Amino acid sequence: MFAYCADPSTLTGWWWFSCYLTSATHIDFYQSFGVVLLLLALAAPSALALGMAGAMAARARFWPLALVGRGYVNMVRGIPDIIFFLFVPIALDQAIEVIFHYSLCPGWTEDIWQGNDFRVCEEARTPAPGAPVWVRQTYGFILALIAFALVFGAFVANTLKGAMDAVPHAQVETAEAYGMTRAQAFRRVVLPQMWIYALPGLSNLWMILTKATPLLFLLGIQDIVYWARELGGQKTGHFTYPHPDWRLWYFLVVLAFYLTMTWGSQKFFDRLMLRVNRGQATAGGEAQRRAAA
Amino acid sequence: MNTCTESFQTLILRSLGREYGAQQLPRGLDITFCDQVFLIASGLVWNIYFAALALLAGFGLAVLLALAKGSPLGWLRKPAEAFIFLFRGSPLFVQFFFVYETLVLLPREGLTLSLGLIDLTLDTQWTTRAWAGALFVLFLNTSAYSAEIFFGALKAVPKGDIEAADAYGLSGGQKFRRITWPTMLRLAWPSYTNEAIFLLHATTLVFFSAFPTRQQMGDALYYARYFADQTFNPFIAYPIVAAYFVLLTLVVIGLFGIINRRLNRHLPRAARARLRFRPQYIR
Amino acid sequence: MKTLLLSAAVIAMAATGALAQQVVRIGSEGAYPPYNFINDATGELDGYERALGDELCRRANLTCEWIINDWDSIIPNLVAGNYDAIMAGMSITEARAQIISFTQNYILPENSAYLALAGTDAGVVASGVISAQSNTIQAGYIADSSATLVEFPTPEETIAAVRNGEVDAVFADQSYLEPFQAESNGELVFLTDPIPLGGGVGMGLRQSDTALREAFDAAIASMKADGTINALLTEWFGPEQPLYQ
Repeated sequence: MFAYCADPSTLTGWWWFSCYLTSATHIDFYQSFGVVLLLLALAAPSALALGMAGAMAARARFWPLALVGRGYVNMVRGIPDIIFFLFVPIALDQAIEVIFHYSLCPGWTEDIWQGNDFRVCEEARTPAPGAPVWVRQTYGFILALIAFALVFGAFVANTLKGAMDAVPHAQVETAEAYGMTRAQAFRRVVLPQMWIYALPGLSNLWMILTKATPLLFLLGIQDIVYWARELGGQKTGHFTYPHPDWRLWYFLVVLAFYLTMTWGSQKFFDRLMLRVNRGQATAGGEAQRRAAA
Repeated sequence: MNTCTESFQTLILRSLGREYGAQQLPRGLDITFCDQVFLIASGLVWNIYFAALALLAGFGLAVLLALAKGSPLGWLRKPAEAFIFLFRGSPLFVQFFFVYETLVLLPREGLTLSLGLIDLTLDTQWTTRAWAGALFVLFLNTSAYSAEIFFGALKAVPKGDIEAADAYGLSGGQKFRRITWPTMLRLAWPSYTNEAIFLLHATTLVFFSAFPTRQQMGDALYYARYFADQTFNPFIAYPIVAAYFVLLTLVVIGLFGIINRRLNRHLPRAARARLRFRPQYIR
Repeated sequence: MKTLLLSAAVIAMAATGALAQQVVRIGSEGAYPPYNFINDATGELDGYERALGDELCRRANLTCEWIINDWDSIIPNLVAGNYDAIMAGMSITEARAQIISFTQNYILPENSAYLALAGTDAGVVASGVISAQSNTIQAGYIADSSATLVEFPTPEETIAAVRNGEVDAVFADQSYLEPFQAESNGELVFLTDPIPLGGGVGMGLRQSDTALREAFDAAIASMKADGTINALLTEWFGPEQPLYQ
């Protein structure tokens, strides 16, 4: 990074640290914070979309659809999410390759499972064998993202279904009495109002999602936990910056990062709650009205 | 290759140590379906152990924390708030790593406390073992989450109930024991059930974090992942462990439901709080 | 005789020609100096296996790419096709050879050693608590012995466990432990005589990839023949490392 860092073994004190903390592996460590934030930024809307679909499916009148929706909503209740995080990426990876295999290589006669090998034809390999490293990393990240979206989508569906049911039924009946169809009543009455009821649950889910991001580490993605462990471990003379075991300090940084994240989110949601409650017929809205009066 | 009976005999207690079963876990192509079923089942002992003990111990601390957080005294309230924020605001996974790295810094020869006349030597060797260290983290973690639940319930105790107690001339201690405490517990119980389920699920993280495995003694998910890695087939081991957890969750719901009915038995049927399962999932 | 040699060369060229179009991805752990580690100044994979692998690919006329993968899932991910070869200090063993295939070794059969805090009784080897990296031959060796095995996912943690007293000793490849011992100012010592384990370190490949295995095998043989492999061994492991004759 800096010119004087060419030979760190001659440096001491702050100079050494300024080089150490800007080494290539540390830059990777700092970038991994971005990976976590990116996952959050992408997983939250995908989970919201999936959750919306799940909640609507669970409330559907068409019973097979309702069954699928309910199954999805309830799936995460009894099974630890970490099992999904371990299972979904591998299963998805294999499933994608098997599907490509059957569609792209119809002439292939050998078994996909040969003893212990899992073997599909060249064209079906995902990502393609010649793909550059960044494509492979992106692919791995997307698989992890899908796992997160699936699990949290089910949580969101839970919350949204509860929120839809919480909208006073009399309002829906009134809307239908005005001649609105079921879809119209849902779109015009339920949908705009459900968010007030859903917000506490959704903010809680956001916190949980934030706190679930270190599980990326278990999916083989080089996230902040991976780098904290890797950089903190003792480094012998084979390395440019030898040092003893510093893992405690690195984990302290990771801990501080998450505490800041949750603290900031809490502040944000508190203010948001204040705003959406304004003028609503809820306890929160009533408290605001009284305070103003 | 083991026959199914052999698998049962050598693996069903394997998670307690190799003295209780096979010296080595089945490997590679030798792994049978029965091996997976029984070894994963044997790992459940650890999930139950962690969840049960952390919950039992955490209950007491959580009540104390909740009362401290509700206290008007700043020196009591502030530390309780800080503790709850620390453990609810950070991921359990990172807490495991952090606590483990802290525990290994304790001097191995033990801590010597001078108590005036006698010297008390505390053994620290065992603190980094999963059965103690991870249990300690889970205990603190569930205490913080439960404290927040109890604190919320404490705030929700109807004002009229407390006024009525005052009118009857109950003293502070009596008022708490007879009115506040049972009402708080009754109000908190549905959320506390979710916390218990959630804690049960969180026990699967123990052997994936910093705590090393000894003699290949691990929990159900540790063995499930072992099999998935060995056979490179996730479609058998993970569904098995998932099914076990669904069953365990149902057992927890059943047990807590019995207590819930007892807590609500004085209420008219329509007013009884239904136990609704809305877990807080991951932390 | 001459024509025979020539045709063999043509076949070899045809084989490498077919392989040259594809990018060969090599999986490594990146946490096992001096075998393979992430260079903290450049952020790139470095070490003996990196230097050797690049040279092997050059000789076999292949385009190679390195992928870091954690040790515990390094074989499953090879089998799944996430990369095509493993160079991660992996000893050739019968159990692994059931699942994947190996080239000839590129490090001679190695010694494993116990490293402990100075003053530790050598009896811990039989009755103490020994740390080893999970899924290694050393872990298998300890699991079979009467000592208590404590497994860690990364090699560095196994040594940290000795320092903080979590375990009595660590059992690992001697060449991995040596720098830790040398730089400890006498804090760490080797306990017993080294124990030879495994059939040397080789490159692991899927059993169905015979053409690729043959290409790498030939490249390793040529490096052994002209002595370049010995120069690399001395460069990374020091003058005491046993060399190919």
